[in-house]
Amino acid sequence: MLGYIFKRVLLIIPALLFVSMVSFSMAYLAPGDPAEILLMSPEGSPSPEAIDAFRVRMGLDQPIHIQYLRWLEKVLHGDLGYSFISERPVADAITNSFKATLKLSLVSMIVSIVVSIPLGILAAIKHNTMIDDLCRLGALIGVSIPNFWQAFLLILLFSVHLDWLPVAGYGGGDIEHMILPAITLGTSSAAVTTRLMRSSLLEALSQDYIITARAKGLPERIVIGKHAIKNALIPVVTMLGLNLGFLLNGAVVTEWVFGWPGIGDLVVDSIYQRDFTMIQGSILFIAVIFVTLNLLVDISYTYLNPRIRYESVD
Amino acid sequence: MRAWIKNRNIFIGLSITVALIFIAAFAPQVAPHDPTEINPMVRLQPPSKEYPFGTDHMGRCILSRIVFGSRISLLVGVVVISGSLLIGIVLGTISGYFGGLADDLIMRLVDGFLAIPSMFLALALAGTLGPGMFNLMMALIAVEWTSYARVVRGSILTVKEQEFVEAARGLGASDLYILVHHIMPNILSPIIVIATLGIGYAILAAAGLSFLGFGVQPPTPEWGSMLDDGRLFMRKAPYIMIFPGLAIMITVLAFNFLGDGLRDELDPRFRKEIPH
Repeated sequence: MLGYIFKRVLLIIPALLFVSMVSFSMAYLAPGDPAEILLMSPEGSPSPEAIDAFRVRMGLDQPIHIQYLRWLEKVLHGDLGYSFISERPVADAITNSFKATLKLSLVSMIVSIVVSIPLGILAAIKHNTMIDDLCRLGALIGVSIPNFWQAFLLILLFSVHLDWLPVAGYGGGDIEHMILPAITLGTSSAAVTTRLMRSSLLEALSQDYIITARAKGLPERIVIGKHAIKNALIPVVTMLGLNLGFLLNGAVVTEWVFGWPGIGDLVVDSIYQRDFTMIQGSILFIAVIFVTLNLLVDISYTYLNPRIRYESVD
Repeated sequence: MRAWIKNRNIFIGLSITVALIFIAAFAPQVAPHDPTEINPMVRLQPPSKEYPFGTDHMGRCILSRIVFGSRISLLVGVVVISGSLLIGIVLGTISGYFGGLADDLIMRLVDGFLAIPSMFLALALAGTLGPGMFNLMMALIAVEWTSYARVVRGSILTVKEQEFVEAARGLGASDLYILVHHIMPNILSPIIVIATLGIGYAILAAAGLSFLGFGVQPPTPEWGSMLDDGRLFMRKAPYIMIFPGLAIMITVLAFNFLGDGLRDELDPRFRKEIPH
């Protein structure tokens, strides 16, 4: 067990090193010279002196591998540099927006759990009935619906027609501003969890201990409630950690549509503004969060499901 | 084959997919108008007999744009999955069959790509490479290929140790012969399933990136960018956004139905564990 965890943690190092190279090279994948593009003003192209001065100030005059190593050294000390546009520290901007993302993600997670667990249980209990079919169709629609379109439908209904909720914005992070983005963001994760809850409960219900429990004459309510659901929840709970990854992916479009000032919104805006230090920092930050999350999920999964321990680390 | 038709998911998914391919192939015949024809006289018209889905802010026929948009979405889906399959199969095979240092290097590369949440990686790549369909497809291949490499490698690792492979080797078969004749047929099923689901995912992600302005550029009719066009007229003309979104959802749903159905039929584990 300890050996597995150690190996698993060790494998993170090359992955993050790769991520750091990818994030760093973002600025160089873009066509054109970042210094020239950034200094471009309505009056025309910047003077060569201005470009040179900017390059020296931002460290862009060094050879690329030196720039990378310098950047990496600073990053390891927690310094992600300064925004090309606003000149404020990248790390501050990222921490602030990540707080907003985390807040929204947790509410989405709650929305998704409240919807998916009962629906999954219902579908499994009513297996092969109309209710089961509807739950499965709903789950399939949930993973297929484009989140930007769903956001639009929700805004159209609840903000424009009914005028119950604000169209978009942060609004101090109150619950009214959070409802529609949380539903939008939680939908795909709710769909995936419903399917998993259903199949997990169906599997649990076909196990020998359920047959024994029924044979003992236990009422169905206790067989399902106490024996089956309890066991069926194990994979569902571990999957919830992975769902946070889903939520991060969904955050890109959802936050942007609702003007929610999270990390997804930050990345989209930085790309529009070609704010390369901000792009580099955010991608690296998101990757570190994502990798840590996956590690925790893996470890908890290994802990809950001993069978996996004997398999190799891939 | 008869079981496949009987499988409801496959039937629904396949029917919609065939219809979509038909619409895309015969777009000029199906569409009532030219999808890029600007007509200021009929701006923001609600659905009518002449314009069944209404017109957009430039007076273009939304139905015609959706019909032609199916070409873009299907093309992006198929190209992204073919590219990812090619890279995934080659690297996954090297990794799984030959093992050793190559396996380590390839798997660390996969870990690296998987360390960035896919939408962020695709967005950052599409965004920095610049807008356009080619860059969009490259960005999506970069996030998709890893799952194929992993599945191919995993399947090869299990098949490789089977007796029929050992027997073939004992009879003097070459690595290439074993790969093509013994291993490939056995790993085909999982690949077909994830490729089908992958097309749906690629279409959805491509529409999302185009919606943000990083993918296919106007005036090309593309479903995601049509939704983006409609944002400003949401109150006055909601139909501009309703129909393209519906088109994306139905298309993605079709591939998900198909993928789910194929998994039920092709993957013996699922057939046993999750009864229908």
